Amino acid sequence: MYIVNVENCTKDNFPLSFSEVELVIRPAPENLEFIQRFLPKLDWSALVDTARSLGDESLPEQMPDQWTDDQLKALHHVLMELHVEEGNMTCRGCGHVYPISNGIPNMLLAEHEVGR
Amino acid sequence: MSRPEEISPPEIFYGDIEATKYTSNTRVKSIQAQMTRRALELLALPEDETAFVLDIGCGSGLSGELLDEAGHVWVGCDIAPSMLEVALEREVEGDLFLQDIGQGFGFRPGTFDGAISISVIQWLLNADSTSHSPAQRLTRFFTTLHSALKNPSRAIFQFYPSSDDQVQMIVNAAQRAGFGGGLVVDYPNSKKARKMYLCLMVGQQEIPKALNGDEMEVDEGASLGMKKRREEILNEKRRRKDSAGGKKGKKSKKDMVAKEWIMKKKELYRSRGKEGVPNDSKYTARKRKVYF
Repeated sequence: MYIVNVENCTKDNFPLSFSEVELVIRPAPENLEFIQRFLPKLDWSALVDTARSLGDESLPEQMPDQWTDDQLKALHHVLMELHVEEGNMTCRGCGHVYPISNGIPNMLLAEHEVGR
Repeated sequence: MSRPEEISPPEIFYGDIEATKYTSNTRVKSIQAQMTRRALELLALPEDETAFVLDIGCGSGLSGELLDEAGHVWVGCDIAPSMLEVALEREVEGDLFLQDIGQGFGFRPGTFDGAISISVIQWLLNADSTSHSPAQRLTRFFTTLHSALKNPSRAIFQFYPSSDDQVQMIVNAAQRAGFGGGLVVDYPNSKKARKMYLCLMVGQQEIPKALNGDEMEVDEGASLGMKKRREEILNEKRRRKDSAGGKKGKKSKKDMVAKEWIMKKKELYRSRGKEGVPNDSKYTARKRKVYF
């Protein structure tokens, strides 16, 4: 699912909101070191919002200063194990809907929608 | 060499049939693997660290498998749905996107530790529909990619340009987008094994260092070719020397007896495999009787 959090709309509206989602949890080997290095790249509030909208409440509201292993594990779960199989992502800025099927988001744009 | 990009647009060329063909062909697989390994080598990611890599034009995830092996987490994007379907069937580890790279990426700035792309960006040079402008698509691709990569990092593209103009165009677009770096050509003297890698760097403060690294790589890449080249030059020198010596020491063409000359020619033809070279006999190169 973390793909969604790195996703940014061409019109600079972030994050994309989900609807009609179908979630799948695929266990992945834990690599807490990698997660730790991934932290600065995250937009925390956006991530928490997205996770909550998907029904995962395990993340704290504020980004913790000191990370415990449990918190890292929760983050790992959200980032690496939670996958959106089917559903739609909607851009909050322009209302464009990106359909997801089989876990692959379709990011194709019509030619007139391409940002210059 | 047939060029798929001249046949039809990628999303159509890599339809169901071509996608399965591509993935089941062992030759394609081995070449892909080879190029991916080389690209990873050029990418020079820190050892023993899991990196977050973007695979541009991942197709059925052949190169992604190698990224998995190296222990990296990757995201792949491709424009051909059939190829991605094959990737799903093969249960690759990375996350997949259906995306036209000419439309640019929407990733958050500084997301990726590196990017690789095997045999893809030559597709960008085609205008498959009236609204496509290769120059614009290239610019959009490189600028969005530049922002999606973290600082410092690298992006390695292996590609098959059909002319020098294309190379120039791609390199220019990349430089305009803010990338440093250059072209690494492996085996430049071999028609078949010759591979072009575009080695791009992100990062201001890194530039001197990156340039060094790049230069070293260029050397390394070119050294294979340079060696051959040097040998060739040596050979050329020797040949010249020989021919110069020949003029002085040995008989020149004029001094050669007719028979010698003919025998030499025949030898040459035989060694070249020419058909119908007459057999040697006692009559070879004999002068004919004068009948008048």
